Amino acid sequence: MQFMLLFSRQGKLRLQKWYVPLSDKEKKKITRELVQTVLARKPKMCSFLEWRDLKIVYKRYASLYFCCAIEDQDNELITLEIIHRYVELLDKYFGSVCELDIIFNFEKAYFILDEFLLGGEAQETSKKNVLKAIEQADLLQEDAKEAETPRSVLEEIGLT
Amino acid sequence: MPAVSKGDGMRGLAVFISDIRNCKSKEAEIKRINKELANIRSKFKGDKALDGYSKKKYVCKLLFIFLLGHDIDFGHMEAVNLLSSNKYTEKQIGYLFISVLVNSNSELIRLINNAIKNDLSSRNPTFMCLALHCIANVGSREMAEAFAGEIPRILVAGDTMDSVKQSAALCLLRLYKTSPDLVLMGEWTSRVVHLLNDQHMGVVTAAISLITCLSQKNPDEFKTCVSLAVSRLSRIVSSASTDLQDYTYYFVPAPWLSCKLLRLLQCYPPPEDGAVKGRLVECLETILNKAQEPPKSKKVQHSNAKNAILFEAISLIIHYDSEPNLLVRACNQLGQFLQHRETNLRYLALESMCTLASSEFSHEAVKTHIETVINALKTERDVSVRQRAADLLYAMCDRSNAKQIVAEMLSYLETADYSIREEMVLKVAILAEKYAVDYSWYVDTILNLIRIAGDYVSEEVWYRVIQIVINRDDVQGYAAKTVFEALQAPACHENMVKVGGYILGEFGNLIAGDPRSSPLVQFNLLHSKFHLCSVPTRALLLSAYIKFINLFPETKSTIQEVLRSDSQIRNSDVELQQRAVEYLKLSSIASTDVLATVLEEMPPFPERESSILAKLKKKKGPGAVSVNELEEGKREGGELNGGGERGGDSSSTPSPSADLLGLRAGPPVTAAAPSAGSLLVDVFSEAVKQPSPTAFLRLFVCKNNGVLFENQLLQIGIKSEYRQNLGRMYLFYGNKTSVQFVTFTTTVTCPGELQSHILHIHTWNSLEPLIEGGAQVQQVINIECLTDFSDAPLLNIKFRYGGALQNLTLKLPVTINKFFQPTEMASHDFFQRWKQLSLPQQEAQKIFKANHAMDTEVLKAKLLGLGMALLENVDPNPENFVCAGVIQTKAQQVGSLLRLEPNAQAQMYRLTVRSSKDTVSKRLCELLAEQF
Repeated sequence: MQFMLLFSRQGKLRLQKWYVPLSDKEKKKITRELVQTVLARKPKMCSFLEWRDLKIVYKRYASLYFCCAIEDQDNELITLEIIHRYVELLDKYFGSVCELDIIFNFEKAYFILDEFLLGGEAQETSKKNVLKAIEQADLLQEDAKEAETPRSVLEEIGLT
Repeated sequence: MPAVSKGDGMRGLAVFISDIRNCKSKEAEIKRINKELANIRSKFKGDKALDGYSKKKYVCKLLFIFLLGHDIDFGHMEAVNLLSSNKYTEKQIGYLFISVLVNSNSELIRLINNAIKNDLSSRNPTFMCLALHCIANVGSREMAEAFAGEIPRILVAGDTMDSVKQSAALCLLRLYKTSPDLVLMGEWTSRVVHLLNDQHMGVVTAAISLITCLSQKNPDEFKTCVSLAVSRLSRIVSSASTDLQDYTYYFVPAPWLSCKLLRLLQCYPPPEDGAVKGRLVECLETILNKAQEPPKSKKVQHSNAKNAILFEAISLIIHYDSEPNLLVRACNQLGQFLQHRETNLRYLALESMCTLASSEFSHEAVKTHIETVINALKTERDVSVRQRAADLLYAMCDRSNAKQIVAEMLSYLETADYSIREEMVLKVAILAEKYAVDYSWYVDTILNLIRIAGDYVSEEVWYRVIQIVINRDDVQGYAAKTVFEALQAPACHENMVKVGGYILGEFGNLIAGDPRSSPLVQFNLLHSKFHLCSVPTRALLLSAYIKFINLFPETKSTIQEVLRSDSQIRNSDVELQQRAVEYLKLSSIASTDVLATVLEEMPPFPERESSILAKLKKKKGPGAVSVNELEEGKREGGELNGGGERGGDSSSTPSPSADLLGLRAGPPVTAAAPSAGSLLVDVFSEAVKQPSPTAFLRLFVCKNNGVLFENQLLQIGIKSEYRQNLGRMYLFYGNKTSVQFVTFTTTVTCPGELQSHILHIHTWNSLEPLIEGGAQVQQVINIECLTDFSDAPLLNIKFRYGGALQNLTLKLPVTINKFFQPTEMASHDFFQRWKQLSLPQQEAQKIFKANHAMDTEVLKAKLLGLGMALLENVDPNPENFVCAGVIQTKAQQVGSLLRLEPNAQAQMYRLTVRSSKDTVSKRLCELLAEQF
């Protein structure tokens, strides 16, 4: 896989993951073009399309589009299920995930993705194992938090 | 704002995100962001040391701002600091920032690498994974240099945790993709292959991606993976749906791993070991059988996962192309999918069948689905599916169904999506030509194409129809009649006018007997279109008119009248004006005999591969051709066929008939009349015989196309194009005999250090080992110029002709000047740069005797052919020539300036070249000194 993009129905990019080195300018150009192309497609159209020399596999979940670019010899259907498994992971972690969860916890969305896919290839396809890894990390965070000194009142209400 | 944020909440971050979301306008958002950036900047710069938590929070805010699409130019240092925090959560955010916003600032990379090194040796699996993820996400060369040696060790060590192994495998894959030279498996190879046997399915899933990539590059070293992969696959395929626990996905056992195993096997030929092969065939049969079983779940995920494996298995069957039984079963299965209610499956079935159509075992089976595919072309609502259907029709076309398929494609074209019309037009044109039994059908088809989709008919297409009509006398009368009728339409496409002008100019006499298409009627019809046409078409029509004067003397006065009118003879376009003047003069002073000789019917074109096919191949070319390049290619299509073929004939009277398609508005200097045969710019039309296999290099310095070699048996034509530091060379091997050449192979080598200077890659059409008598095959070589060079790559050709082995080695005409980009500059700039290049070694000079007549126009043409810009009004002496250009190599750009001073009295030249690199000056001087 060369990259994965998550964007909303309004065309707002929610998550981007690039597995090939590209300049920021190229990334922006690709994103713009692709978001436009995918949003222009009607529901019920097929989930695959040729784009430049890549194959695009996308699927819409509620207000979010998940869109992957794969290479010529890659398998479209299994990529579609990569997307689904990622959605399942997010759903399980956040508990019925919605777009807002991904906006406000974007870093978590990245961490989960890194446990599931690395370098554009499936690293661990077992839902249980991926979530175990993430939860372990969260536990480490909890421990760390307890040890922290209490934060100032200003900080608590978000003014800094 | 959602009340919870999982894990540790960073409230400040959440508030900031809400603020951004509440912004009513882009301006408000930017304002809010700038405020935040200022705040963070002051915190980072402030005297008070920030605690880890604040640092994490601010770095996270920066990350968020970056992901919104804004530039971030600070905070890297703070992120790097977080890496060495002993709090997991801080470290994690630090790594995320680095992964997303990597900066190749060398100072930072060193620090990042240090932090990674510490984490890798921490023996804490969570930290190790974080570090490996970061390497995999960034994948830079510096990281490869630092860690490519260490990671294989981690991957195969007995005490490494499974999760770390998984990350290490994919991390290594990413490094291998970016810097293959730095990842050396060597001693680890066999232990890596044996990861396929690992008990942990996750480890196998991760490792197999690495193994597949390595196998593609070093198939021999990894070939033991085949039997391991087969047995792993067999165990999965035969397992019950619950055996694999969490690796079962919607009742399908390990779909990802299965696909990857099948994909790995596609790197190899069928297993030689009978037992292994038997087991594999059994697996493939089981997969095909399972497709017929009732689904275990109604969920689309179940069928997708199952079919993903099925399609991958079919790809493997097609890859082997050796099991007729499996191929036919695959085809039947795909046939079922063609009518499936899932659009996705219909799309994939059409795509997959395209490859099946090219196998001799399944071609007939694919053909049985023609009606379904035609129906798909007509009724599918999604253009990408229709595109697949059109591709499949093209692939399944043969002599038996060509008429039906072409007719369907033509009728589809009337409503086809704009994005695919050009490709459809090319395909129709190719099929019509390839399978034409009677040429009147061919002519009808192409004229229909122009009628229906004229805008998308490229030059190659209409050049080709003219070429074929000229070569086949049995169709000329029909073509004239049909095109005459087509031109009757009140609005007809300009391409139709071009074809009409050309064909009536050549063969209008064949229909002139009919009073309804008498010469004057024909002329008036053509001329009624004249004013609506572009300059090139008008130029072509003028040439048609002068041919009319020759064919039909009775039209002479009418046509002369037209030529004489101010709108022609004083036309502001130089080309049109010149044609009008010359044709008028020619018609009034030349005797009928002279006129008849000058305007003789065009000679037949030598047969050769269709340029349309080349164009389609180019369009569909694989690999890195981006959309932009394709579009450029489209624009330059005409040049490809037309440029650079000017003959060396320097007679001062342009031969009008020969110039017919030399319409390109090149400067008159280059438009020295081409030889009559070059109408369609046949690469073989130039009657240049090569004196010896090595002396030709000289001939190709200033041109890109021509005959590279010719003897009694074989003719090799060459056509090349260059852009930036890249080149593409088309080689045409023509068998001149009536006997097959067998075991025909070619190899291109770069001797000595040239290897590191030029990189060539063979591309798509690997040659068939057989060339039929009289046939021609094409080969394409991609060339990349890495740095400047002076030697040329070698082309070795071996084949058997009547049992005797022929062996031939030629130099390929790749010279450094091919990578020139012309640079226009004013006189002042030129002299300034000239002075800047004043080091003695930057200059090369030669004084030599003229080998050819010192004709200014010829000299200019040659200098332009060299690839530099010829600068006018720069040298104070108008006899001298100066040029400027930049040689584009991958490593660097080499600016070069040139000055050529002819001395007509002494019949000598002085040539001076200055460039920023001494070897380039020297080489250019050598190359050029042989040209004049």
